[in-house]
Amino acid sequence: MVLDALIIGAGHNGLVTASYLARAGMKVAVLEKNDWIGGAAVSRELYPGFTYSNCSYVSSLFRPEIMRDLELSRYGLQILPYEGGAVFTRDGGYLGMFRDHDANRREFARFSARDAEAYDRYSRDVMQHCRFIRPLLMRTPPDPARFRPRDLAELAWIGRKVMDLPEAQIAGMIRFWTMSISDFLDEYFENPVIKGYLAVSAIIGTALGPMSPGSAYVLLHHYMGDVDGNVGAWGFARGGMGAITRALTRSLEAAGGEVRTGKAVKRVLVRQGRAIGVETEDGEQIHAARVISNMDAKRTFLRHVDEAELPAQFVRQVRRFKTRGSSGKLNIALDAAPKFTALPEGAPNLRGDLHFTDSVERMERAYDDWKSGHFSRDPFQDVMIPTMIDPTMTPPGKHFMSCFVQYAPPKIAGKDWTDADRDAFGATCIDQIETYAPGFKSLILHAEIRTPRELEAEVGLTEGNIFQGELTFDQLLFNRPVPGYAQYRAPIRDLWISGSSTHPGGGVMGAPGRNAAAEILRDARIGHQMSDAYAVI
Amino acid sequence: MRDKRLHYKTPLLQTPFHPRTSAANLHGHWAAWAGYQGATDFGDTEMEYTAVRNAVSVYDLCPMVKYEISGTQAQDYLDRLLVRSVARLPVGAVHYTVWCDDNGKVMDDGTLFRLGETEFLLCCQERHLPWLLDSAIGYDVAVREVTEDIAALSLQGPCSAQTLKAAGWDVSTLKPFRIAEVSFQDKPLRISRTGFTGDLGYEIWADPRQALALWDHLMQAGAPWGIRPIGSDALDMVRIEAGFLIAGADFVPAEQALRPDRVRSPFELGLDWLIDWEKGHFNGRRALLAERESGASEWALVGLDIAGNVSAEGAILYHGKEREAGVVTAALWSPTLKRNIALAQLRRSYLGPKSEDLWVEIYAMRELNYVKLMVPARVTQRPFFSPARRRATPPEDF
Ligand SMILES: Cc1cc2nc3c(=O)[nH]c(=O)nc-3n(C[C@H](O)[C@H](O)[C@H](O)COP(=O)(O)OP(=O)(O)OC[C@H]3O[C@@H](n4cnc5c(N)ncnc54)[C@H](O)[C@@H]3O)c2cc1C
Repeated sequence: MVLDALIIGAGHNGLVTASYLARAGMKVAVLEKNDWIGGAAVSRELYPGFTYSNCSYVSSLFRPEIMRDLELSRYGLQILPYEGGAVFTRDGGYLGMFRDHDANRREFARFSARDAEAYDRYSRDVMQHCRFIRPLLMRTPPDPARFRPRDLAELAWIGRKVMDLPEAQIAGMIRFWTMSISDFLDEYFENPVIKGYLAVSAIIGTALGPMSPGSAYVLLHHYMGDVDGNVGAWGFARGGMGAITRALTRSLEAAGGEVRTGKAVKRVLVRQGRAIGVETEDGEQIHAARVISNMDAKRTFLRHVDEAELPAQFVRQVRRFKTRGSSGKLNIALDAAPKFTALPEGAPNLRGDLHFTDSVERMERAYDDWKSGHFSRDPFQDVMIPTMIDPTMTPPGKHFMSCFVQYAPPKIAGKDWTDADRDAFGATCIDQIETYAPGFKSLILHAEIRTPRELEAEVGLTEGNIFQGELTFDQLLFNRPVPGYAQYRAPIRDLWISGSSTHPGGGVMGAPGRNAAAEILRDARIGHQMSDAYAVI
Repeated sequence: MRDKRLHYKTPLLQTPFHPRTSAANLHGHWAAWAGYQGATDFGDTEMEYTAVRNAVSVYDLCPMVKYEISGTQAQDYLDRLLVRSVARLPVGAVHYTVWCDDNGKVMDDGTLFRLGETEFLLCCQERHLPWLLDSAIGYDVAVREVTEDIAALSLQGPCSAQTLKAAGWDVSTLKPFRIAEVSFQDKPLRISRTGFTGDLGYEIWADPRQALALWDHLMQAGAPWGIRPIGSDALDMVRIEAGFLIAGADFVPAEQALRPDRVRSPFELGLDWLIDWEKGHFNGRRALLAERESGASEWALVGLDIAGNVSAEGAILYHGKEREAGVVTAALWSPTLKRNIALAQLRRSYLGPKSEDLWVEIYAMRELNYVKLMVPARVTQRPFFSPARRRATPPEDF
């Protein structure tokens, strides 16, 4: 029996697309090259009894509408809010973050009385930007170059949203979308440690430094999600990030779809300008009425589709789609909780994100290393210990630590990473943690060290870019991945893209996958059960 | 020495009066107020309310945010910051005022105390340090947040002057909005004839180290009149009767508003009478002038007299029972006035003749069922309650 839809890649977006299509009655199969599912939303047990979040490690962006439509709670998904967080300072102190508003103000006041009272206005302003962008996430971007009624209507809708804002807010928005996070924070805060802590969200996964124009938008990308309506908050997926893709897979299977792991696609079969299926690495040809790629745009079009079938200009633009990797990851099994000397006994801050980069300046220096083709010698790390909250990932008393690291370039001085480079990178990160938590090293049972090389090899993220393409202004909305092809359709009929290379971009969000499904069902003229995006009131 | 890092263990601070207020708080009813633990009631809101209107009451004011502003150009600075004329505020006097952002939208309201030629205290609901500091650029002025450095009590009610007299402080000649400097146990103590109740009353500003002694002293002095502590519930009742606004409740402070249409100008809050147009430039003046000239104000803050006796908290206001015309921000069945009163934000177009046809939709929950009421409302004078004793100097005995 011919499939209605074949999805390449069991990343969360591929699974979201597949589930929506299956629920609409299509016969669907997902092919995944790895022996496991999840792409960058994956949990594997690399040390006995320890579940990791091997790539992504925290959740906020994943759209609640999708969780609800696909009944993910029924299939085991639970998102846990977390608390706390801290940045350790070189003088042996720390700045903590607290969910309690007043505690947070008093903590900031330890560093600056002024900044303590500036945080509310900062949050308000960021929230205003979020309120503008959130409604755009689950809509297909308009194509401004085409004059179809639908595109015009969508453009007009966005235009109206802008016009509804007061003048000062429009100006503020345009500045915000183009400025650096460093400049943005300078408008509110004076203290370097506070700015250092807040700048983080703007450089995660970004091949920009905190002083690069455009980095402020990336901050927004990390604030526009929510945990149970708490906008900007982040949480853990109970059981690791793989719990998200596991629940998606169960939901898909319940709707009659199937996932086949260990099935790498070699090429998309094209006949007379139409995609008709795929050929796998092991030589099987599988036919389908349509093929949907969850791989990034470069991998899809430059490796798995015959260039002769594609428009030349399109190929050139895909080639130029920026996918520079900037991140690495350490996943560590710990025999016990580490002790950070600066933190008072029992402080809640360990249950959140821990950093060691206590100024924007220092982050920029870390970026300088990336520019010169080396991993940061004094890296920026976003360290999380999800087992402080999630009891399911390790045996009691043991811990799983996730360390997200900036910056790690796609190549070292123009050459491929070697195992020795990777180990040196890992040692640099571990040494940094040891400085703030003496004895940390002796707690390590196992560590998985991942550079852009490993990320590309395993997940297929070109150059190791965690978002399947950089989140810079020139690569967003109707320009993602390239102008003219932002509506999830490839230049080949019946070939679609649904990964993070498409609007609204990377992160475990599911919106690209859902938007793609909406377009596919629209073209197929199949009615479906897709709830409206929650209104921003 | 207290370890400052451990503040998170007590995210709600206790005021210097806490040992006394907690002993008096029979039901343990507290709520968060500006980072402090504040009593909502001490066991009987009705009796607390009655103490304010009948005898004498004490309210713990410590959580009120306070900024000390001083320097040779403090007056000029404040005249630029605030809409009311500070030059006309004499030393030893207090006035109510508001301040606006550049667009002429109200950021907060508060009371300004002139303690000396170049020394002021600004008390308000919200925190504004960055705004106050940025506004100080170019002025010889220092701004310091001093909330924790001052312990404040509000002593309110017809017998408050007598209570003070019994405590050893004869303030009978002190006029409304004036400050008296007295002493308590050899330390200076400040008493202002101010308050949030619309009644005869005083506010007492002390060194926190004297807080408990002061409390005991006042409770003893006021005992013959049945002095009692009151919580925020009773205070809310009397402030509605007095027609006072609360930032965050009756209007959204401009720096907090997420939605651009939620901010309000002094005209829209009925506070334009504060503005001194003659004093030269002040922040927001240009926008406010334009608003005055064009009459572009969209809202009006009004007092309402609502039919019936069911209080209308949060109710929607309608014109002709159909078109939405505004929202009630505070409401009360007034025990003193025997009237059903409210403060409301009303679209300005419904002032004037259209105000004859205003209605309030009230959902009254009664034994798990809503009784839906649509009752007429009339725009009426504020304050709803303003007894002569509020202003009389010297005050009568009760
Ligand atoms: C280290 C790291 C940390 C991150 N941290 C976070 C975080 O904390 N929070 C967050 O929200 N986001 C985070 N992200 C980003 C987020 O994880 C990704 O943007 C997102 O998971 C991408 O999902 P996707 O479905 O679009 O694509 P992918 O997850 O990239 O899925 C693509 C899938 O296609 C498969 N595939 C590739 N080639 C083939 C082939 N030839 N045949 C068959 N299958 C193939 C891959 O194996 C993969 O399963 C992180 C990413 C990384 C790498």
